[in-house]
Amino acid sequence: MTKDECKKVVIDIIADIAPDEDLSTLKPEVRLRDQLQLDSMDFLDIVMELRKRHGIEVPEADYIQLASLDSCANYLTPKFNALSARS
Amino acid sequence: MKSSRIVITGIGLTAPNGNSLAEFRQNLLQGVAGIERVEIRYMGAQLAGVCHYDPLRYQTKKEIRVGTRAGSISIYCAREALADSRVDWAAQPKDRVGIYIGCTEHGNVETENEIYNISKFNYDTKFWSHYHNPRTVANNPSGEASLNLGVTGPAYTIGAACAAGNLGLIHAAQMLRLGEVDLAICGGVSESIHTFGIFAGFKSQNALATHTEPGKASRPFDLARNGIVVSEGGCLYTLERLEDAQARGAKIYAEIAGYHVNSDASDYVLPNPVRQAECVRASIRRAGLEPRDIHIVNTHATATPLGDIQECEAIRAVFGEGCPDTHVNNTKSYIGHCMGAAGALELAGNLPSFDDLTVHPTINVDRLDPACALPGLVLNQPRKVAKVDTILNNSFGMLGINSTLIVKRFAA
Repeated sequence: MTKDECKKVVIDIIADIAPDEDLSTLKPEVRLRDQLQLDSMDFLDIVMELRKRHGIEVPEADYIQLASLDSCANYLTPKFNALSARS
Repeated sequence: MKSSRIVITGIGLTAPNGNSLAEFRQNLLQGVAGIERVEIRYMGAQLAGVCHYDPLRYQTKKEIRVGTRAGSISIYCAREALADSRVDWAAQPKDRVGIYIGCTEHGNVETENEIYNISKFNYDTKFWSHYHNPRTVANNPSGEASLNLGVTGPAYTIGAACAAGNLGLIHAAQMLRLGEVDLAICGGVSESIHTFGIFAGFKSQNALATHTEPGKASRPFDLARNGIVVSEGGCLYTLERLEDAQARGAKIYAEIAGYHVNSDASDYVLPNPVRQAECVRASIRRAGLEPRDIHIVNTHATATPLGDIQECEAIRAVFGEGCPDTHVNNTKSYIGHCMGAAGALELAGNLPSFDDLTVHPTINVDRLDPACALPGLVLNQPRKVAKVDTILNNSFGMLGINSTLIVKRFAA
């Protein structure tokens, strides 16, 4: 998985948990919270959907890695690739 | 203690056969039921009353996703009631508004959904939703309404089984009289059709209605009645002290005349006609009336074989044969049993009688059960009457809770 593909996975999840938001202009380097109406429960949603849909675990200490699309991609892409290497 | 006179100044509702009072009333007068077949988890197609309001009218997609159906129904009804009341909402001090919503039960829907969800993950509870607790706390419906409206006064639910809709109004009237709030949003809601448990429970009790024609399934007082049609719905009112309503020139639908709540203390599920009659009598006494002064009795009857007979026994004991101006009807024959919303919705369906002097009938009575043959029973066709100055609304519930609410035509 590339980082761009990883961002697409995250955007697909955000589209479901924040259905009123326009995601077409998301800036990857800017904190998601600064661009979208997202609260702490929404971030738990992202964690849950990564677990449910993709089998990816994000420990609480790493939640900060989900701050922006870029940081998501940096943090999650190796996890996705490790997962696919195992399967 | 503030003024003891409490009036209804706004109504918002969603019923299986209407999403406004005007639509609901029209269908009650035209005999239009609102029952359909829906798929219920583990059980297949079942008869149910489904509401078809537009949740996006007052909620974002995210609010709908995060919240509950009961919360959504509460928001819709509260917003509709406020709009109907023409209260200047922007200027209304939000800390002086109370939200009191009756519920039969709350939380079963979300708990069932979560158990079903984790069943897909080998029952691993790490897949259990972090929204489960805020969705299932008993105050959820009122709390969601408070969030949506920005109400900072008291907002909580009243658990009173199927008497809860009346209890919402009664409690609100009490809080207004105590001066706890200046404006109350109150009534009842139900999301029950989204839990299979209530269907399965009534089926196990042999109390779940079946019929080849959905619109004929809910048939209180009919000899062939065979149980309850489970429905969702909501009806919230704005209640105010009379002087506050008059000061802003509000339209006044009716005045709270009397009420009573009591308990059977005799059985988990079986009604007790002696206690029901005591409840009705006490409400009439509190209103300063006599039984003959009651012009419409809206029954609770749910179309169970025994329950209908027992309520009729209670009504007969109170009203006997000497009340020629008393007419008796039932609204569940159209919409099924809206559980926590039932009392509030059924009252609303009858309020227009003050203006149109028409009593909506109980429909679906092909062969009247002789044990339910009350004097004044209005069957299958609306009845024009000489006067409607009072409406008495019965709502009873499991564990033996009885409630009766009387409203009267407002006269300054």
